[in-house]
Amino acid sequence: MLYRENGQFKTSYRADQQIFPILQDRVAIALLVVFAFAGVPLLADDYIFRAILIPFVIMSLAALGVNILVGYCGQISLGSGAFMAVGAYGAYNFFVRVPDMPLIPALILGGLCATCFGILFGLPSLRVKGLYLAVATLAAQFFSDWMFLRIKWLTNDSSSGSVSVNELQVFGLPIESALSKYWFCLGVLVVMALLAKNLVRGAIGREWMAIRDMDVAAAVIGIRPMYAKLSAFAVSSFIVGVAGGLWAFIYLGSWEPAAFSVEISFRLLFMVIIGGLGSIMGGFFGAAFIVVMPIALNQFLPAFMGLFGIEISTAGVSHAELMIFGGLIVWFLIVEPHGLAKLWSIGKQKLRLWPFPH
Amino acid sequence: MGFFLETLFGGLMAGMLYSLVALGFVLIFKASGVFNFAQGAMVLFAALAMARFSEWIPRWLGLDNALIANILAFVVAGAIMFLVAWLIERLVLRHLVNQEGATLLMATLGITYFMEGLGQTLFGSDIYQINIGMPKDPIFLFESVFEGGVLVNKEDVIAAAIAAALVIVLSLFFQKTATGRALRAVADDHQAAQSIGIPLNRIWVIVWCVAGVVALVSGMIWGSKLGVQFSLTTVALRALPVIILGGLTSVPGAIIGGLIIGVGEKLSEVYVGPYVGGGIEIWFAYVLALVFLLFRPQGLFGEKIIDRV
Repeated sequence: MLYRENGQFKTSYRADQQIFPILQDRVAIALLVVFAFAGVPLLADDYIFRAILIPFVIMSLAALGVNILVGYCGQISLGSGAFMAVGAYGAYNFFVRVPDMPLIPALILGGLCATCFGILFGLPSLRVKGLYLAVATLAAQFFSDWMFLRIKWLTNDSSSGSVSVNELQVFGLPIESALSKYWFCLGVLVVMALLAKNLVRGAIGREWMAIRDMDVAAAVIGIRPMYAKLSAFAVSSFIVGVAGGLWAFIYLGSWEPAAFSVEISFRLLFMVIIGGLGSIMGGFFGAAFIVVMPIALNQFLPAFMGLFGIEISTAGVSHAELMIFGGLIVWFLIVEPHGLAKLWSIGKQKLRLWPFPH
Repeated sequence: MGFFLETLFGGLMAGMLYSLVALGFVLIFKASGVFNFAQGAMVLFAALAMARFSEWIPRWLGLDNALIANILAFVVAGAIMFLVAWLIERLVLRHLVNQEGATLLMATLGITYFMEGLGQTLFGSDIYQINIGMPKDPIFLFESVFEGGVLVNKEDVIAAAIAAALVIVLSLFFQKTATGRALRAVADDHQAAQSIGIPLNRIWVIVWCVAGVVALVSGMIWGSKLGVQFSLTTVALRALPVIILGGLTSVPGAIIGGLIIGVGEKLSEVYVGPYVGGGIEIWFAYVLALVFLLFRPQGLFGEKIIDRV
């Protein structure tokens, strides 16, 4: 009744090509963005910002980038952590070495460093695919781990690659409080999400999807596999690199190479797969799930076990967390292999027909 | 020259151990098309079980014969790995038939987390020793040929011999027995194998059991070398370049690939490492494998990939 496209006639090509062709979608998204910018700060306190919202926003951005590569172009990548690291350390180098470097250009330049790195390690994708490629991208991961640990120049000669930034500001406004950090990250996320959404529904996005669905057939109808694959690597690693810069600058403040270990790559891939491959929306769901779950487990597990009178040690909690995390992932993959975005679209479909069953 | 040979031998021994882990990957991939990231966790799990049972069994039974205790621990750990394999097939893989490779990969990553947590909950998370009576003293080879000879660790030689024996047994199993033939049939084509009456589910259980045993043996050897601890799971990541180098579907590929990676790692660390700051052996293996892949996308011995529209 409420959610339907009947009666919404498109009378121009522009109207037909909107991102959200259905009026209700437009309203809902606009409300959501307004709520995220204005409503959330009223409800959340400092802890929620620092522990949940900021990591969630940054990880959504990274998942968005990974989704372009894995979900839209079908190139499984386990090197996302490396792209984040290159983005972070690239931005750091520009930030520290160039006098008076503003934050946003530093992040963008860091993203461009990640782009170059991504294209370099995307080259094997021209020859190998599928799981071979997944292992090949791990090379990027281990190479970056080593590079930022051992090449002193890249980390400004700090010991063991640990660096820190402070006194961040954008257009003269300091990014110090949790709220300003949240707003900044959210702003970047909205801009990037819009960019990504437009890319994937444009010509280049269709090329990526054609490559994903069957690359030989795509090549036969005149899509250049090299261009499509490398552009996916470039765009994806740019977004992931910017996310890495944000993660390091805004969330961590001071970090070392281990912050971007292979674990991060795995988690990003989880987000994309649990959220739904090939869906911008899915990345957000996946990021929420993966970011919030460990925190929730950490908070509630001891209390929950306490109900049954079982004392659980700190190590026990972390082991139980691992088990529940792993178990839930397997369970999710079994019950909904297409991810949370699939549930979302099923819900939308049902809503269209509501209140009639058929 | 003696030093070079010493490095070379060290590399070969390390390579043999890599191939052992890689073998676990290859077996499962061949038979079920699942890229089993959980192999590292299985190695850790098996090693933990082995270490703890070899400690507990003598206490329970009042034995003081280390050999019998070790054998009993090995049997119990093997049984546990069988159980794990059966559960994985029953609870996870059976429900994920016909899913994409990436989804299966993620499922095995989920299993990895689960097993890491479970293993440490059941068996504790300290560093344990597996003492299977491996001699630790070094021996010298070719003393008549070179000044001072070539120093080789006896433990490494025994480990390599065990690995080689396991490989031979496995190849015999694959080539000569009916089950092995069924496994190869399933590896070739799931549907065709099913249509001639090979029970897929049973084959999968068998192959996961075999991979479990391989994990147990590699866990035992690595464990007695490095001590049983959490970092044993990273052994799996070290073994990944081996399989893409050798080809995901080839048992000999895993062996040769392991040897090449082992030797390459050691030689590069010794001869190239000092110029770039050391610690390169981790990524060197990957880059070596990548370079190979650029020329042979299916690895050294992998089946040729044929694309059809």
